[in-house]
Amino acid sequence: MIELLLNIDRRIIFALVFLAVIIPLWVKIDLPFKPTATVLGVYDRIESLPENSVVLLSSDYDPQSRAELFPMHLAVLRHCFRKNLKVISMTHWIYGVGIAEEALKVASNEYNKKNGEDYVFLGWKPGFAILIIGMGQDLYDAFPTDHYGKNTREIPMLKNVSSLRDINYLVDLAAGNTIEPWIAYGRDIYGFEMGAGCTAIIAPDMYPFLQTKQITGLLGGMKGAADYEILLKQGTLAQEAMRPLTAVHILIVVLVLLCNILYFITRKKDGRKKQ
Amino acid sequence: MEEKNNKIDIILLLVFTALLLGVNIYLFAGKILPVNAIGIGIVIAAILTLSLYSFLYKDNPFFKIAENLFVGAGMGISVVIIWFNYLKPELYKPLIRYAVRDNIPGEPNFWLIIPMLLGLFMFARFLKKTMWLSRWSFAFIIGGGAGISIPVVIHSFILKQIEPSLQPVFVDGSFTLQSINIILLLSGTISVLIYFFFSTPHTGIVGNISRLGIWFLMVAFGASFGYTVMGRMSLLIQRIQFLLTDWLKINIQ
Repeated sequence: MIELLLNIDRRIIFALVFLAVIIPLWVKIDLPFKPTATVLGVYDRIESLPENSVVLLSSDYDPQSRAELFPMHLAVLRHCFRKNLKVISMTHWIYGVGIAEEALKVASNEYNKKNGEDYVFLGWKPGFAILIIGMGQDLYDAFPTDHYGKNTREIPMLKNVSSLRDINYLVDLAAGNTIEPWIAYGRDIYGFEMGAGCTAIIAPDMYPFLQTKQITGLLGGMKGAADYEILLKQGTLAQEAMRPLTAVHILIVVLVLLCNILYFITRKKDGRKKQ
Repeated sequence: MEEKNNKIDIILLLVFTALLLGVNIYLFAGKILPVNAIGIGIVIAAILTLSLYSFLYKDNPFFKIAENLFVGAGMGISVVIIWFNYLKPELYKPLIRYAVRDNIPGEPNFWLIIPMLLGLFMFARFLKKTMWLSRWSFAFIIGGGAGISIPVVIHSFILKQIEPSLQPVFVDGSFTLQSINIILLLSGTISVLIYFFFSTPHTGIVGNISRLGIWFLMVAFGASFGYTVMGRMSLLIQRIQFLLTDWLKINIQ
């Protein structure tokens, strides 16, 4: 039996994972979720901003990370529009243009917000750190036109926003190493506050920045997005994924425990044979 | 045995193809999916998703086609976005346009010739005779990059990170839960640093502290693994949600 379990075909494990995902999608169980303090750090900061404050939303991810970051992207945008905040959207990732545009379209339609008056989409530009420094010195020079070719000096919403010093809060949604440049070349130089959302894989690396208060909060992966949806009482994209996610986690914990038990049993047996 | 396995694989491949065809014809014929750009887009996305996941069984032609399509489409999108979002407004319009078109109002921005040349020098690497030119571009990138990064990195990632490690253990003169956090943080930082300090043999007290460092590292790896599982499973869940709700139009609420 032990030999059979140790040499199990990996495809059986794939099938188990598939079942652990698909069954909870149909069987609705209400699981209690409590928003974490790190998510509250972003939510409370946006909640405290007065009307017409300027929020820069840098959506630095591509379709590969859409599953995790798009729900939190929509949630943050909805929150900003609900609070009548002005949103500047941009991306450091070339493949992020389409997703950023889609999120803006969905959220702005829901709240009847207008391009150029309530939000601006600057689009993509290369440079990472150099671009951030450029935006801090002169936003109009860094982005002479928005994504649709309109002169940024003539956009009504950007009338009083000439550099990063004029923004009230920044949220970076990252699938790679863009939070660090925003902190080092943006926040620490130009003095604005920022929060972050990221894929689960890079979330542990971002905790040191929470400790130093270089970011006010962090939305880590699907759980972070689900927490934000709960706080906002709007959107179900991430919340619906939490049931299968919990089931898969339980399955993996069981498999890890089983593997360890089998390892200790076989080690004990091998020890006896040697004696 | 191998021949038998190959036969099974071919049968599975044919069944997979027939199923995909059958399901999509049913979806279009039954008007479950609209016969327009959106409907066709959903079908293509579903086929590509299933083709990529077919790798879980084993490498196969469906996976290879999807993989190459992904790379090709990605490259195509990059070229279009780089041209329209960057090269056209920032190089062509203020400089090159004046050289290739007549009667353009305004003055060309000649300062752009320097970065343009530095960019073009990067392509000089393709020819042995001109390869040396690319060194100028690299020298500019490395020199400028280092000059900008070094002070910022020291300030934001080293000095700022040292601050929370040097907090007083007694908060307002008393020992609180916060004090435990500070002790844990301090012992974690010191023990892991000692673990990576190889100038002294890891024996005696140094050995004990470095073993504590290993425990801290193990906890960190465990946390990373947990988050990785969440990340990867989130991708799978979203794809299955897409297949069930957007493609097959099955209500899972």
